[in-house]
Amino acid sequence: MSRKISTVGVCGAGGSMGAGIALVAARAGFRTISYDVSNETLVRAGRQSEAFLDKSVDRGKLTKEERDKIVSGMSRTTCVEALGECDLVIEAIFENLIIKQELLKRLDAVCSGNAIFASNTSTLSITEIASGSRNPERVVGMHFCLPAQLMRLIEMSPGILTSGETFSTAWEWTKACNQIPVKTQDKPGFILNALLVPFNNDAIRAVEAGVASAEDVDRAIKVGLGYKMGPLELIDLIGLDTQVRLCETFYPITLDPRAAAPPLLKRMVAAGLLGRKSGRGFFSYEGNAMFGA
Amino acid sequence: MRYTIIGTASKSFPVADPFVSKATTAPDAEIVIYLDAPLKPDPARAAILIELGDESLAEHVGEGGIPNVLGFARYRNGEDAPSQLIELVRQPNAAEAAIDAAKAMFESAGFPVAVSSDQIGRIINRLVLPKYNAALRFLDEGLGTQADMDLTCKLGLGYPDGPIERVVRGGLANHYARTKALFDTYGMSSYAPPRQAIVAFNRSQGSGGSRSMKGQLGF
Repeated sequence: MSRKISTVGVCGAGGSMGAGIALVAARAGFRTISYDVSNETLVRAGRQSEAFLDKSVDRGKLTKEERDKIVSGMSRTTCVEALGECDLVIEAIFENLIIKQELLKRLDAVCSGNAIFASNTSTLSITEIASGSRNPERVVGMHFCLPAQLMRLIEMSPGILTSGETFSTAWEWTKACNQIPVKTQDKPGFILNALLVPFNNDAIRAVEAGVASAEDVDRAIKVGLGYKMGPLELIDLIGLDTQVRLCETFYPITLDPRAAAPPLLKRMVAAGLLGRKSGRGFFSYEGNAMFGA
Repeated sequence: MRYTIIGTASKSFPVADPFVSKATTAPDAEIVIYLDAPLKPDPARAAILIELGDESLAEHVGEGGIPNVLGFARYRNGEDAPSQLIELVRQPNAAEAAIDAAKAMFESAGFPVAVSSDQIGRIINRLVLPKYNAALRFLDEGLGTQADMDLTCKLGLGYPDGPIERVVRGGLANHYARTKALFDTYGMSSYAPPRQAIVAFNRSQGSGGSRSMKGQLGF
């Protein structure tokens, strides 16, 4: 059994993930309130969202009328009390357990007794996040993939105390948004990152051990397995510092040696080689030369 | 560059493969390729290639190696058809000219080449087998269903197939052999054959062939 969702709040909507989630909700016809602590980031994200919708019109995926209707259904606020009318609040804020728990406490105080809280965490425990709420039975994991407005997959995870009604309501809502939910247990990294983070680390270790150059590792994986992107190219895209943070979250929980940050990764971050965003990681984005072999 | 092939049995080039049919029989070919045949060193050749299975090149030429002798394998997922990728195996003292000649020969035949050091599992198996093992373990632990785990990888990462469907398609008994070779060499738990592969292997020993096991495992 599931409840009706009309209004959706998105916390952290000034960031790229939060903004994408807000677009998913608004595009499906839900009244959507974007919340963040900084009005500046909200305004910037709003501009980017409108630009995305304009492109959708240009490509014939939306009509101008549909685009305008989506935009008119979106509002933004820096006041958490404005989320009081939401039936569903999705948080996509900084990946920190304490900060997420504090946000839930504030939402408990302003939202109705029926509101559902969903966390977009990619690494933290839903059960632990929910322990920050007076109503853990109304907290569920809802992990979108970047960019949320384009990627249809959502990993849905119930915490230990999540009620069946909460989970089914959230599940049905994702389907109403034309997304594709998959159910996972509340375990570190769920399915996607539990498989991806150690795999990416193994690729770094192969380079570090001299098994092959970064270029050859990526070529082998792309040609041999048909992946669209090699693991080292992917790490460059997500950021080497982000990979370190993922490892620092995973390893203490899992104690899986494959989840520990490889020494080469740490050295490269220390050297400021963060991937695409710094212009150089395992590959250089100026001369496209290879690094790290 | 002309190449000649010695031997016939090959996992990389099944019978009637165009690459095999284009080989020369001329005795002075610049490159000699050994398919399941004993190596005869010849320093006059630009390159000599030995097809490898789970073994290292050093098992054929010793740890010191021979500068113009390289290993190679066309990557394939278990019993799937071979991919286009050639993993070219070099030892530390390999001659760059031999590597260049081998790469040029394969690439001109339409096979992209990735160069690997002389490690069991080369590049791909060394990287993907632990991931497949983890996926199989997660399945046992109930993290998700096989369908959801495969779908997650396809939709979330753009993989052409999911890890479990892939390893099952390639043959779980075959997966046992690949992982055991790596585990025996490196001793790392991430390479240890997973429960499902051990079951498939043991059953194949009793009833003849990993392929026959596919439909009996309930995946």
